[in-house]
Amino acid sequence: MRASAARPRFRRMPHDHDHHHDNELDPMAARVKALETILTQKGLIDPAAIDAIVETYETKVGPRNGAKVVAKAWSDPAYAEWLKKDATAAIASLGFTGRQGEHMQSVFNTPDTHNLVVCTLCSCYPWSVLGLPPVWYKSPPYRSKAVIDPRGVLSEFGVSLPAETKIRVWDSTAELRYLVVPLRPKGTEGWSEERLAELVTRDSMIGTGLALEPQAA
Amino acid sequence: MNGPHDLGGQMGFGPVAPEKDEPYFHAEWEKRALGVTLTAGAMGQWTIDESRHARECLHPADYCSSSYYEIWIKALETLLKRHGFVSARDLAEGRAVDSAPQPKRVLKAENVPAVLAKGGPCDRPVDAPARFKVGDRVRTKNFHPTGHTRLPRYARDRNGVVEAVRDGFVFPDTNAHGKGENPQWVYAVVFSAAEIWGEGADPTLTVSIDAWESYLEPA
Repeated sequence: MRASAARPRFRRMPHDHDHHHDNELDPMAARVKALETILTQKGLIDPAAIDAIVETYETKVGPRNGAKVVAKAWSDPAYAEWLKKDATAAIASLGFTGRQGEHMQSVFNTPDTHNLVVCTLCSCYPWSVLGLPPVWYKSPPYRSKAVIDPRGVLSEFGVSLPAETKIRVWDSTAELRYLVVPLRPKGTEGWSEERLAELVTRDSMIGTGLALEPQAA
Repeated sequence: MNGPHDLGGQMGFGPVAPEKDEPYFHAEWEKRALGVTLTAGAMGQWTIDESRHARECLHPADYCSSSYYEIWIKALETLLKRHGFVSARDLAEGRAVDSAPQPKRVLKAENVPAVLAKGGPCDRPVDAPARFKVGDRVRTKNFHPTGHTRLPRYARDRNGVVEAVRDGFVFPDTNAHGKGENPQWVYAVVFSAAEIWGEGADPTLTVSIDAWESYLEPA
């Protein structure tokens, strides 16, 4: 197995070198396989449960969940109020509950304030609405920089905010999981929730992006 | 602990480098790593706080040169050994050699949807009323515990304002070490960037943390 040269994960990976292994497993692949084998042989885990977990996060739980929440909040003022006051219940009403989304908090961007979410201590992320976090969210460059230089981080994502815009960074140090509700783009009056949801990117719900403009969707 | 995981404000890690159209997994083993970690956790033999602490106890050089799934697997081996489910001999041979105790639960495939949908809520009733209210000025503790804590270094010994009273939550600093849930009130506490970073701080920036009550004193 070969580590992709394009993979932007943290540098100096023990196995980021440029040759193929034809007759052996990658050391981490071997290590994980051994662990799974040992636990399975001891009857401690069910390998089919692993398949079911992977399938859930590959096909069922992802940022389209969060996009539906945001699109509904854009369309329905009463829902937006509920989402502000009790995000866990408001999100659960759309069927999105569970692991790493047990205690949800929504934070709404305004013309004056942009919100950005990070977990400096580990990788806390609202799985129930955004799915599994991207590698960059879990890696030292983002976790170190987001709280001290969020504008520098945003520039890496191609986001440039006016100098006077306030930036609020939410460090997820406890069990609350944050969902950013980005600003609704102009020119989307009268759009259906389904159409609006297509403008809502994963990054816009972390705060490293903005919602797409109508012409870009 | 002042471990390698406590990254806020550190420098020199290079660009964030977001990957366009990033896949959920970069290798097949990452899928198994996710699943093994979750199914082993579902045995109910340790808490999420203990597992976080096992990850942050990796040697700093190891932590910083490992991908997140690598960190998970290395910590999982520690947890399994600590609780007697896997031995050094098992790992050396890559197969079950030594016997293991009966776990509290074994997660079966058919129960995965329900277990994932339920999650593991950490809110708990707290007998005492909340000590602080919205708008209170507070100062975070200056401490350097050798065990687990969720008060990042950059936010210690700082003046902030209580912005929200959240709820009662399990206290990780004790729960990670098997010393009980001891639930406390949790507060959203906001700091100006100038208070945290001092000279040259971005005047438009505020940073908030979710802080357990015992991390805070009246300012």
